[in-house]
Amino acid sequence: MANRPELLAPPEIFYDETEARKYTSSSRIVDIQAKLSERALELLALPEDGVPRFLLDIGCGSGLSGETISESGHHWLGLDISASMLNVAVEREVEGDLLLGDMGQGLGLRPGVIDGAISISAVQWLCNADKSSHEPRLRLKAFFGSLYRCLSRGARAVFQVYPENIKQRELILRQALQAGFGGGLVVDYPHSTKKRKEFLVLTCGSVQTSIQTGKSDCDEGCSEDDSSEDEESGMVSMSDRNRPKKRQKSSNKKGKSREWILRKKEQSRRKGNDVPADSKYTGRKRKSRF
Amino acid sequence: MRLITHNMLSCNIKGVTNGFPLRIEAGNVIEKEVDFNPDFIRHMFAKLEWKALVEGARSMGYAELPEDSPDAAVLESDESFLKKLHHALLELHLEEGALVCPETGRKFPVNKGIPNMLLHEDEV
Repeated sequence: MANRPELLAPPEIFYDETEARKYTSSSRIVDIQAKLSERALELLALPEDGVPRFLLDIGCGSGLSGETISESGHHWLGLDISASMLNVAVEREVEGDLLLGDMGQGLGLRPGVIDGAISISAVQWLCNADKSSHEPRLRLKAFFGSLYRCLSRGARAVFQVYPENIKQRELILRQALQAGFGGGLVVDYPHSTKKRKEFLVLTCGSVQTSIQTGKSDCDEGCSEDDSSEDEESGMVSMSDRNRPKKRQKSSNKKGKSREWILRKKEQSRRKGNDVPADSKYTGRKRKSRF
Repeated sequence: MRLITHNMLSCNIKGVTNGFPLRIEAGNVIEKEVDFNPDFIRHMFAKLEWKALVEGARSMGYAELPEDSPDAAVLESDESFLKKLHHALLELHLEEGALVCPETGRKFPVNKGIPNMLLHEDEV
């Protein structure tokens, strides 16, 4: 991607009136959003009993994803931080209720009222600190914590995200698991850079439900490797909160590298422990007698 | 904003323990027709806070809902009741007005049907 919007400006500023209109009138974007929303709804695995449900659309923007929800017969509530985008949604007379709010401040919804939540291309905005008062980790925590509370038992949350890098994806996943969610990553078309789409499917309550495998171009031929190391796999299951990061284990055969030491020290600092400052001596190779 | 949403919203300010329900100050209320689906109404009924709904409906000018939460039998058989509930939940829109936190008195303005729930820096 040439320019990631979240590196240019905070969402409420990036999506001003002009940008909001441009976004919504681009047929390509409308089409992509519709497809992503349909897939997200599929992954929500709502019971097929013909009863409409009440869903939450996080980062609903101008209502593109919301329209897909309405078309599938459900009612929804949308939340977005950009007033301009919401105004476009009002103009388009979307059927869902709209809220102007910041998901990083917590959702403010009563426990157990939402039957399912989707979010299309929005959660990655939480990973950037747009104001000096922001601490992305705390915002993610507030978001996932409040989301977990407001979902009814057995409900799912499906997020289509564009993480900037592995670190961001791990940050999002970690916060979600810490909030109590189970679930996994579903990757559609993992081998194609253009078509590749990631969906984070989070479950709360019942762990028995199985997460669908991602779509891929080759059907029988390719091996669906289940290890989380393999980026190419269709499904990465992370239902255990204490699952170790496999990526680390494989790359560190020669003892504890400096990078590892620095990371552990950072972790300890975050916990609030007194940790000596990092310097050029940290993790330096000592003489053999040590 | 419709009552179905109002029934789920609570004040998110740090330290507030009793932020539900938000009091409605109705400026402009309009009605928009929505298709009636009894299954959905029955499904939502279990999640509603009845008192908050009745009070909210009254603030928006609709007083047809019974004070006490009806029991399951009424839900199954009485279609006119379901229709009233449907009307209250989905067809009344608060276009302009405000939502007021019961504990702090903080007002969340509602414009064009959209409540502004953004918290200030010191409220997070």
